[in-house]
Amino acid sequence: MIEVLPRNIMRFITLVIFQVFILNNIQFLGYINPYIYVLFILLLPFETPKWFLLVAAFTLGIAIDLFSHTPGLHSSATVFMAFLRPFVLSHFAPRDGYEPGTFPRIHYYGFSWFFKYASILIVSHHLILFFMEVFHFHNPFFTLWRALLSSGFSILLVVLSQYFIYRR
Amino acid sequence: MHNLIRFILKHHFILLFVIIQTFSLTLMFQHNNFHKSVAVNAVRSVKGAVNKRIFNFKEYMKLREINEKLIYENSKLRNQLMNSFFQVKADTVIEFDSVYKKQYRYISAKIADNSTNKQHNYITIDKGKIHGVETEMGVVSTDGVVGIVTGVSEHFSTVMPILNINLRISAKIEESGFFGSLFWNGRDPGKASLIDIPHHAELNEGDNIVTSGYSAIFPEGIRIGTITGYEIEGGNFYNATVELSTDFQNLSHVYVIVNYLREEQSELENINLND
Repeated sequence: MIEVLPRNIMRFITLVIFQVFILNNIQFLGYINPYIYVLFILLLPFETPKWFLLVAAFTLGIAIDLFSHTPGLHSSATVFMAFLRPFVLSHFAPRDGYEPGTFPRIHYYGFSWFFKYASILIVSHHLILFFMEVFHFHNPFFTLWRALLSSGFSILLVVLSQYFIYRR
Repeated sequence: MHNLIRFILKHHFILLFVIIQTFSLTLMFQHNNFHKSVAVNAVRSVKGAVNKRIFNFKEYMKLREINEKLIYENSKLRNQLMNSFFQVKADTVIEFDSVYKKQYRYISAKIADNSTNKQHNYITIDKGKIHGVETEMGVVSTDGVVGIVTGVSEHFSTVMPILNINLRISAKIEESGFFGSLFWNGRDPGKASLIDIPHHAELNEGDNIVTSGYSAIFPEGIRIGTITGYEIEGGNFYNATVELSTDFQNLSHVYVIVNYLREEQSELENINLND
């Protein structure tokens, strides 16, 4: 249990570097840009205090913002997502609650549980992010389409990471 | 006091969320030029709408006076028409003096930062106020039009390129001279749309699109791109797809255009607006 903190700090740093230096430079089909850094929020332990969730989300968002010259954009989307997380978790909770010592991962709660949990949070994060970036409703379906396509790629990467990196 | 503390403790999650979110949004509005300008514009457009109403009313009250002025001017112009004169001499030759004055100067600049993957792309160049760059100057590359300077600091400037969905450039077809308005639709960084070309204009694939020179920003006839396809939109206007001649993903050197007559032109146009 004591190693949870350093592991999360390492994960934070790795995800920010991966996002900023690799994923931000990749565009599939011209305008699809996956944002996988939210995996950090997804994988925080169940017992994380709610206030810490918000503070961590803001720190993560502002770190990404600093590197992509968009102060406030990623942080507001990430904070919103962290705000939703406790509600989503309690909605999908098993009948007798989450067992102590487990983490929100495929390994403990299965693919279908993780997929629902991750996709709701990632889609809401991407919707806020893309609409904030464009900041008008001239062509809402194009923005929606961009947000959903990118969400699809992010979800795919997040699920794959569960099988290849965080197996145990 | 006791109740207040209990209230804060009970709802600390939502309160903290609101505080952090407000902070993020404040950051966003203060540091992102685009979002800031949207907020400022919203205020300005309300003010503008009210002013316009007042202006329209004033103008309506002045119609009689304006009519009289026009009639007077009309009669004056009629008196100057060719057919109110008769020719006295047939062998007059008019010669033009060909002393030209320089109107445009080009400042060369290097790209310091560039993006093509967003909806609101910006380019940063390494020339600023001390080099003579000002806002609303045109920027071109050797291949064609790049964009318009929107912000200037001491040593750097930001340029809003064609690849920014907020930019509109007045463009014309080189072959036929019909003009329209060119903008990017936010998808393919190599293509833009040209609209408002009337449907009786002659339009062919492969036609060259150049700047019209109507604004004081670009000289006339700078390349923008070539037409690769078109369709009639709403029955009256063409909507043409233009392949941009500038390769924005591979841009290194550009030129900022200084127009010596720009102030004179815009001053004059402002006088006309104020009347």
